[in-house]
Amino acid sequence: MTLHVPPPETVLDPQPLLSVAKVSRFYGERIGCADVSFDLWPGEVLGIVGESGSGKSTLLRCLAGIDKPDQGEVLFRGGAEPLDIYSVAEQERRRLMRTAWGIVHQNPRDGLRMDVSAGGNVGERLMDNGARHYGRIRETALDWLQRVEIAGNRIDDRPRQFSGGMQQRLQIARVLVSEPKLVFMDEPTGGLDVSVQARLLDLLRVLVRDLGLAAIIVTHDLAVARLLTDRLMVMKDGRVVEQGLTDQVLDDPHHAYTQLLTSAVLTV
Amino acid sequence: MTVHQSISDEAKPAYNYAYLDEQTKRMIRRALLKAVAIPGYQVPFGSREMPLARGWGTGGIQVTAAIIGPDDTLKVIDQGADDTTNAVSIRRFFERTADARTTEATDEATIIQTRHRIPEAPLKAGQIMVYQVPQPEPLRKLEPHEAETRKMHAWAEYGLMQVKLYENIARFGEVTTTYDYPVMVNGRYVMAPSPIPKFDNPKMQMSPALQLFGAGREKRIYAVPPHTSVRSLDFEDHPFRIQSWEQPCALCGAADSYLDEVVIDDQGGRMFVCSDSHHCETRRAQGHRGTMLGDATASGLVEAKS
Amino acid sequence: MTTMIHVENVAKEFTLHNQGGVRLPVFGNVNFTVSAGEALVLAGASGAGKSSLLRILYGNYRPTSGSIAITHGGRPIDIVSAVPRTVLDIRRRTLGFVSQFLRVIPRVSALDIVRDPLLARGASPEEASERARTMLARLNLPQRLWDLAPATFSGGEQQRVNIARSFVDPSPIMLIDEPTASLDANNRNVVVKLIAEAREQGSAIVGIFHDEAVREAVATRYLDITDFRKAA
Repeated sequence: MTLHVPPPETVLDPQPLLSVAKVSRFYGERIGCADVSFDLWPGEVLGIVGESGSGKSTLLRCLAGIDKPDQGEVLFRGGAEPLDIYSVAEQERRRLMRTAWGIVHQNPRDGLRMDVSAGGNVGERLMDNGARHYGRIRETALDWLQRVEIAGNRIDDRPRQFSGGMQQRLQIARVLVSEPKLVFMDEPTGGLDVSVQARLLDLLRVLVRDLGLAAIIVTHDLAVARLLTDRLMVMKDGRVVEQGLTDQVLDDPHHAYTQLLTSAVLTV
Repeated sequence: MTVHQSISDEAKPAYNYAYLDEQTKRMIRRALLKAVAIPGYQVPFGSREMPLARGWGTGGIQVTAAIIGPDDTLKVIDQGADDTTNAVSIRRFFERTADARTTEATDEATIIQTRHRIPEAPLKAGQIMVYQVPQPEPLRKLEPHEAETRKMHAWAEYGLMQVKLYENIARFGEVTTTYDYPVMVNGRYVMAPSPIPKFDNPKMQMSPALQLFGAGREKRIYAVPPHTSVRSLDFEDHPFRIQSWEQPCALCGAADSYLDEVVIDDQGGRMFVCSDSHHCETRRAQGHRGTMLGDATASGLVEAKS
Repeated sequence: MTTMIHVENVAKEFTLHNQGGVRLPVFGNVNFTVSAGEALVLAGASGAGKSSLLRILYGNYRPTSGSIAITHGGRPIDIVSAVPRTVLDIRRRTLGFVSQFLRVIPRVSALDIVRDPLLARGASPEEASERARTMLARLNLPQRLWDLAPATFSGGEQQRVNIARSFVDPSPIMLIDEPTASLDANNRNVVVKLIAEAREQGSAIVGIFHDEAVREAVATRYLDITDFRKAA
């Protein structure tokens, strides 16, 4: 007896938010990343794992509109029309990057303006998008600082007066204030103490769920991947060697490299 | 004066009219035309060596040289005054090289080259303001990369400029920029108005005069055509405001002009006088009197702080 | 009765690439069906693959071959070939997994952990909190612990939080793996009762129970997987 099972794709949203087709980036002879294809649906969190040099950061840069891939296509369906982010004018891509997209850098210094107050950092995207009412900008900034657990009385302090964990949370507020649909994160907990990491992870988990964000998170930390992501792509030498549901990939890895990766993790 | 005159007469044949050669003037005029066509847009131009150091007004002098003719009457102001060294030198430069008539009277001038001020007397149609600009890029302090600031202008991405104003208000309760206060021209380009006090910004709004800006060191020309919108940047709930003073001009009694603080002794005594020297003189000639001229013994009227 | 799970020709084999590519067959030719209101207890010796089968039903392990139709939203969907977001949707709305272990999330209180599935299914925060409190009380978790993060709880306390989370809003299908391992007799009886209630409400239950008495109390049917092992 054979069951007539409908294709599962028809059950949920009809269209992916981001469609990536055969993206490759080469550095001369060397492969940055090669032949990467996937779809990301609204609200989905995708993890990209692999060791240093596996191409995961290169891939993220290609996906996030920072580094044009040599081949392939990145299609974003955030608005009325699907947008091929590398064939549209740069202006359109920049507009996207301050509205519907957000990038959280590993080093908060890359994502924050260190000479601008916390409030100004959070308010910048609002002002980028035309907000011209000081009181309302400040109110929104204050609300976001509280959501990322930064005390309201720090609103006029500059990021350099903040701890590493606070800087990272500020960076997240700065990105999320424009209510993006898709957020790219590069090792968001890298360089933080374990206890600070835990707090940040929990915050991210709650924000991602409450805002229905789609996110692509690059990490080498499988515990981070398990906590935050729905799906996982495992990269080695610039190629995706295995992908699937996060718990499937981590609990029942099929590829030799993934097995090596998961067995190398210390369980505490 | 005699000595100068004789040198001038001897030197004349050695120079082209208005010092610059005709090709250079054409090049500058083309840049000016483009600048007028795109209000607030910075047009690159081939800035020439001038017989004074860059940073002393070479941009303004080149613009003036490119537009001046024998029928023009030139006024030059520096820090609002017609009688400061730089103003006198530039005026003499064009007297000698362009046979230009010069004046200190705002309403007589056809070209007014300026550094730091717009005259208090209203400008008229047919007049041309030429501004000397040290830093034409209003975004420079916020974004050091030229390639990036050009993109920001190209796509009117001016959020960062607003962040600067936000920071001012957050820290000091108001925008503390008092000169070179950024403006939005024709609803499109953010422009540096040159180091004029923000007091003068409203005079640019819908001015009947043509306004040209030359930055010699930075090699940029830009313009505001007559009757063009020039809005100072602000927030809806923190509107742009100009400076005001608690007392009128000590010499002419004007309550609506931009005042300079002048220290008059070593006891901390000071007075406030019009920065626009011609405006002040005109008012005095009309019989206006400030506190300091109301009495012959002026020093007795000025309060010493000690 | 509605068929909730239909397993067809499932086989599972692990290949350990980093140990010389050794192949570990677990079972083969697995075929069975579970209907709503049934409690199927998996039987077989330790190491026979009961837990692996349960994980395959959950979409956690990927079978080497075969299909598993899960009735989701009134329609059968093959969880083996479904894309990740479909699997997640099935888990969110149809398929619950009760393990022995609680995955502790830093800083999240016991109460929040328990009410989370209700919120995910759209209950109001007030209603979710109310039902979560009732459930924690039934499982005799001391009230002073409710607002604390379970990281520092004892094994038995963590397990009760986990069970409360699973049964606060029973899924149409419940997969249960040794839920009573470290519970005292009193709490074990509560769990048996919770399972029975879920089944009477129409949940299809597949479980592994080490404790003989619990097994007897819960099962409506047994499935010995030893035979499948021979087929591997």
